[in-house]
Amino acid sequence: MASKLVESVVTFLDEPFANAVILGVKIDGHLLVEAVLIAAILFLLMQKSYQPEKKPLTQNEIDQLCEEWVPEPLHPPVTEKMKMKTPVLESAAGPHTTVDGKEVLNLASANYLGLIGHPKVKEACEATLNKYGVGACGPRGFYGTIDVHLDLEAKIAQFLKTPDSILYSYGLATCASAIPAFCKRGDILIADEGVHWGIQNGLYLSRSTVKLFRHNDMEHLESLLEEVMQQDRRKKKALVRRFIVVEAIYQNSGRMTPLDEVVRLKEKYKFRVLVDESHSLGVLGKTGRGITEHFKIPVEKVDILTAAMGYALASAGGFCTGSAKVVDHQRLSGAGYCFSASIPPYLASGSIAAIEIIEDNPDLLVNLRRNIITFRKCLASIQELVVSGHEFSPVIFLYLKRSVSPSSDVLVLQQIADQMLEKESVLVTVSRRSILDKCKLPVGLRLTVSAAHTEEELHAAAASLQRSVQSVLRNQ
Amino acid sequence: MAVTIPYFAALTTYFSYGVLFVFGHLRDFFRGFMKSDATPPEGYAPLCRDFEDFYTRRLYHRIQDCFNRPIASAPNAWIDVIERYTNDNNKTLHRTDKTRHCLNLGSYNYLGFAAQDEYCTPRVIDTLDKFAISTCASRAEGGTTAVHEELEALVADFVGKPAALTYGMGFATNSTTLPSLLGKGCLIISDSLNHSSIVAGARGSGARVTVFQHNIPEHLEEVLRQAIADGQPRTHRPWKKIMVIVEGIYSMEGELCRLKEIVAVTKKYKAYLYLDEAHSIGAIGKSGKGICELQGVDPADVDIMMGTFTKSFGSCGGYIAGSKELIEYLKSVSPGHLYATAMSPPAVQQVISALKLIRGEDGSDRGARKLAQVRENSNFFREELRKMGCEVLGDADSPVMPVMLYNPAKIPAFNRECFKRNVAVVTVAFPATPLLLSRARVCISAAHTREDLLRGLEVISEVSDMVKLKYMPPEEDVESYLKEKLL
Repeated sequence: MASKLVESVVTFLDEPFANAVILGVKIDGHLLVEAVLIAAILFLLMQKSYQPEKKPLTQNEIDQLCEEWVPEPLHPPVTEKMKMKTPVLESAAGPHTTVDGKEVLNLASANYLGLIGHPKVKEACEATLNKYGVGACGPRGFYGTIDVHLDLEAKIAQFLKTPDSILYSYGLATCASAIPAFCKRGDILIADEGVHWGIQNGLYLSRSTVKLFRHNDMEHLESLLEEVMQQDRRKKKALVRRFIVVEAIYQNSGRMTPLDEVVRLKEKYKFRVLVDESHSLGVLGKTGRGITEHFKIPVEKVDILTAAMGYALASAGGFCTGSAKVVDHQRLSGAGYCFSASIPPYLASGSIAAIEIIEDNPDLLVNLRRNIITFRKCLASIQELVVSGHEFSPVIFLYLKRSVSPSSDVLVLQQIADQMLEKESVLVTVSRRSILDKCKLPVGLRLTVSAAHTEEELHAAAASLQRSVQSVLRNQ
Repeated sequence: MAVTIPYFAALTTYFSYGVLFVFGHLRDFFRGFMKSDATPPEGYAPLCRDFEDFYTRRLYHRIQDCFNRPIASAPNAWIDVIERYTNDNNKTLHRTDKTRHCLNLGSYNYLGFAAQDEYCTPRVIDTLDKFAISTCASRAEGGTTAVHEELEALVADFVGKPAALTYGMGFATNSTTLPSLLGKGCLIISDSLNHSSIVAGARGSGARVTVFQHNIPEHLEEVLRQAIADGQPRTHRPWKKIMVIVEGIYSMEGELCRLKEIVAVTKKYKAYLYLDEAHSIGAIGKSGKGICELQGVDPADVDIMMGTFTKSFGSCGGYIAGSKELIEYLKSVSPGHLYATAMSPPAVQQVISALKLIRGEDGSDRGARKLAQVRENSNFFREELRKMGCEVLGDADSPVMPVMLYNPAKIPAFNRECFKRNVAVVTVAFPATPLLLSRARVCISAAHTREDLLRGLEVISEVSDMVKLKYMPPEEDVESYLKEKLL
């Protein structure tokens, strides 16, 4: 029955074309069905695809949304823990200073060579202040270049034996401008995880691919370099600019970067290297020329060298040096150079005087090194604390041997610092870490040694610290 | 204010850049055949390789002598500009021993504090003796001195905020404060012509950044409404907070911010307002308190007031002023406070002394006279430039006045011709302005005398005729007027 029905339908459909011969091909049937199907497909294809109706928000709705929106407060609440009492100095921040009317030994100021208040610096600054006034009243491009700026740039270049150098008016802004001047999206930066915030900011602003290696861990650095190289080989990409970024002496730990190893790796993997010498200039090397002198590496091996002048040179601002190309490019591309007022001329004179003092008095460096070694030895005898950093580093970090948790450690260390100031008349500080800072190294007591301290003072300071630590820990 | 380029100027400007680019590329093409030390070693990418480098080599070097001119005197009303020579077609410039005594129309020396001052300098030198030039420590870690505290109290009182915090560099004040306050999930609505330091701070914060049309509160309102309605992109969650950032005086435009209307908008939509008074603090307003005073805006309506000490006060550094809690918060978070070497004490003392002078606390009316002088000088100079037929941007009372040049060839022409006639002017080109909108910028100071200004106008008029800068029809025959005055 059913088959009969089907047969009759088929016969019906076949009818119009039954035994049709088209271009020599015999077609028997179903053509009509297929034509109908094609027509249906075409019809569906021509229909607009489904779209939900778009209704933009009406002005009333926007008004309502604006009404309802509740912003967060401008800043998170200030907790008791965030509030901090900072000591206020009533005299110059030299090896001895005055806090609350009391003379104290200053172990907080990075016045490594004791140049704060040096008569020669003072004389130079006073002369400049009388001649040029205080500020430069403009960026370098627009009559903000005073002859002393050019003198200082030449002096730095001559001191470090580089072709040229460029000044920035703030130490923190030096790396934050120098790195983005050379690295853009797509370039590769491999940096130590312990670098200070100025460098971190530069890495971030450059928008380059950033990889961090474990603090001062050369094996990890090499594995990252190897990884980059493998990737490049696989993808056969166009060459991008590649930099290793390290600090000579880390502001956050006092450790020294093994520059010889870094230079070997950079040459092997064809990277460039940026070294921040903020805490090593005027400290390392026989004549204070920094880490390259310490390792006896020619300075040309370091492609970009930056430093802040607010430490050993006891001035302010920062500079970047390297090949003529490195310096020239920043004169139009360094944001902190182009778009900021230049450094006050008297500070430039102060830096020139400071470099001349370093050149003329090599015994300053001998004193500094002797003090560092003496103080480190004294501190090592305090059983409750761990001393960190390289043996030549003037920045000394002290951590609790029996650490509980980072946050409670800080409180204990702060108590020690407070007691040092109140009872022992020694100014020391606990290193602070901003919540913006990506560095995960622990915070500790930070002590800085100066060539202007005497050995007796340092012995006494270590003994004071011993007493304070014991008294604070006893009361825990 | 939208700058409308005259049709002919636009055409010739495009043409000039076209020629420069074609020739630049031709020269680059031939340079490719020559082995030069610019070729990076095998396996290294060139150190600089983008547009900026091409721009430096092929455009900037041609007119390099117009920028970075060193001076051998204080940046006061008259300066000694050091002459330079070149041996390699302007690629490198060397100093000579010769100087040229020029009228200074370039420095941000609005109140004339750049030079030695009978009241300020002795105090600065006292501070130098007492506190030396540096603390070698950050503010938070043993670098705070009594003068820093004094300055902060004084600044807070001056700008009309409960508390203030100072930094050693104006640029870094913006670039470290913005990341301290804003982060992911926040929105920054920035004026399209804001300074590079704000751009750096905004980018460094990780917040989303959009711009509104320069100084148009109506557009700001539109952008704000849309932003609040849309929420964050992709997730559509509401924004955590929205910060509107404007400047008091736009340094490349000479324009005053339409603050009153902008405050009304930010208040209506609960956005926070960040006001950068780098150029306006000390320079405008009856008692020098900046744009708020000039336009009658209550400082309480501005959440964060930022400013610098480089300009009117003749020192260096910058400040943030706001509520006590805000400053307390910044002290615990801001990298500029925690890590950077504290502001140099003599520079701090310079600001203290200048502020005291402005407020009349020295017992004289010198400060008040300076304020009146800069306003009078600015308005006179602007008016005369306009009458001359130059295209001058900016508002009345603003001591900054750009004169439009447009054509790249007019940059060196105007600059060198003025320099020849002993007037030091600033010409601004890319990257500080858009490529097409090159301009000369005049900054007027209270230290300029009427004779100085007339001399400057005479030279500018002469050079403008020579390089055809008078894009506007002259309002009256200014030359005969000037001659009359000089005689």
